[in-house]
Amino acid sequence: MGKSNIKRFFTNREKPAFIAYITAGDPTYEKSIEIVDALVKGGIDMLELGIPFSDPLADGEVNQRSAQRALNSGMTPERCIKLVNDIKAKHKDLPVIFYTYLNLAAYAQDFKKFCAAVNGAGLDGLLLLDLIPEESREYREEAEKNGLGLVALVAPNTKEQRIKKITDYASCFVYYVSREGVTGKRKGFAENVEKKINIIRKYTDLPVVVGFGISSPEHVKAAAESGVDGIVVGSAIVSKIQKIADNTGTVESLKKFVSSLTEPL
Amino acid sequence: MQTSKFNDYSFPDNSGHFENYGGCFVPETLIPALEELEETYKKADKDPEFHKEFNYYLNNFVGRPTPLYFAERLTKYLNGPKIYLKREDLCHTGAHKINNALGQALLAKRMGKTRIIAETGAGQHGVATATVAARFGFKCVVYMGEVDIHRQATNVFRMNLLGTEVRPVTAGQKTLKEAVSEAIRDWIASSGSSHYILGSALGPHPFPLIVRNFQKTIGEEAKKQILEQEKVLPDALIACVGGGSNSIGLFHPFIKDTGVRMIGVEAGGNGEKLGEHAARFSGGRLGILQGTKTYILQDENGQISNTHSISAGLDYAAVGPEHSLLYDLKRVEYTSADDNEALEAFQILNKIEGILPALESSHAVAWLLKNHKQFTKDQTVVINLSGRGDKDISQALERINLEV
Repeated sequence: MGKSNIKRFFTNREKPAFIAYITAGDPTYEKSIEIVDALVKGGIDMLELGIPFSDPLADGEVNQRSAQRALNSGMTPERCIKLVNDIKAKHKDLPVIFYTYLNLAAYAQDFKKFCAAVNGAGLDGLLLLDLIPEESREYREEAEKNGLGLVALVAPNTKEQRIKKITDYASCFVYYVSREGVTGKRKGFAENVEKKINIIRKYTDLPVVVGFGISSPEHVKAAAESGVDGIVVGSAIVSKIQKIADNTGTVESLKKFVSSLTEPL
Repeated sequence: MQTSKFNDYSFPDNSGHFENYGGCFVPETLIPALEELEETYKKADKDPEFHKEFNYYLNNFVGRPTPLYFAERLTKYLNGPKIYLKREDLCHTGAHKINNALGQALLAKRMGKTRIIAETGAGQHGVATATVAARFGFKCVVYMGEVDIHRQATNVFRMNLLGTEVRPVTAGQKTLKEAVSEAIRDWIASSGSSHYILGSALGPHPFPLIVRNFQKTIGEEAKKQILEQEKVLPDALIACVGGGSNSIGLFHPFIKDTGVRMIGVEAGGNGEKLGEHAARFSGGRLGILQGTKTYILQDENGQISNTHSISAGLDYAAVGPEHSLLYDLKRVEYTSADDNEALEAFQILNKIEGILPALESSHAVAWLLKNHKQFTKDQTVVINLSGRGDKDISQALERINLEV
């Protein structure tokens, strides 16, 4: 479990991993389990599970609404951890990481308890969205103690001299945010991704994944060609879950959509 | 002696920490913009030309220094202490907010930005930002919660007159907190061309430092003025605390003067239950919200709590990080006044002094009305009258039954 599991997962992969983002508990706890089953059938390789937060300042409208639905259904950080447990029981080889704002992980209870609990549930890594390397020491140490890797974010406007600082703090993989702006769909795939990925690789041997704004099979194909180790799709999947929530879509159609995204890989 | 403890007071440190508070907790995408801002500010702060320009506009555009006015009738009414009002309500655009908006507009100019983003609660910071945007020729977008848009309709119109686009925010509680998130989202996508003028001593480093330093002119003036008029430092300073910019502006130049009591008045709202008030030091605990580590009103799951105050400007779940430190150090006494007490103070200041205070500032007045007996007749207090209440008239009309 944990960091070593992620390492094993990325080692000797022949093609980039497909990583799906969903908000835990959107629209309900039970439905999330069903949705994960469909995602796995659709061919995803890893799950990025968002803990819903009342004030998600890095998220676009689709993910904001998703968080709201999950909160309305009674989701708490504690229940998210339980959900990891349930998902792992059914899909023991599916790596699962949390995507969360630091307040939920470190200040709902305390970070020590949080890390111990998620480790116990079998979580493999943590993406702490609002944690920058300069502030990361205490959190990183605690995560490491529990065998949890931290995912570090590099943005398109990150200066090269800063990339080393960021990759030094990462212990799980590096997430290249291919777009400035918040999460959400975009028309085309971002430019210069390959170039940026190569710069990141100068400073780290960790896997590098790309995300933000990837929403179609064409985007996935373009992302794969940029030589990344993984591709994250979030809002596009969450949009389909929104349809499930308001009864205009089905879990089956979500599965079909995800299959269309994983197919090019 | 306690004095020595504060003689060395020098916060934040280089990375923006007020001991355990403050810092910088943001998505990586914002780092280049925050670094650019910090660098620009540090250079400007060392540049006499910048201060010359800032002071020129403070004096000639904002109308500084604002008077420190002896409230003779209120003093008599309470039978002491001697009450002085720092008249930030007389600033151009009606509140202290313009001090910071002006300073940051000058920084935006130095950075070569063409567009300004801001959030607003009561509308005062929005109006101040729209005003400096008009004056210096920036395009300007202000995010405002839908609830606040209704509470402060005249300020929305004022911003429009100034050429600013007001974008309604419909998420969550539809007030200041959501407006801040939306402004940050805009900035994440536009920081190359846009500067975000954050309106309070909040948010990620370097904002708490910059906003405080642009606001501390309030305290510097007040200190000079009280020494001229009373020959001694005041016994107490009283200010309302929302995010905490008017209060830190008044308090900061007095931190080392430990004989001066400082009283920060938060919004007690409708009651003590979580969600009914915005008194972070009564019901809040450590957390991270919108870039800073500080006292925050949140539930047991770490979800940020709703807040309530009759004054939109105090209606916010987090307090500026320097206040959290001053609370821990016991340098500032934090307390609260509720909606009704603020409304009563609002009326008394009108009736007795002929001054219409903002509902925010009325909280500071309310504290003294309730606690004036803590002082002797000869003692002196300074209340920061952070803004004027024209914007609050229609809301007051709904709540106050005048028997004329």
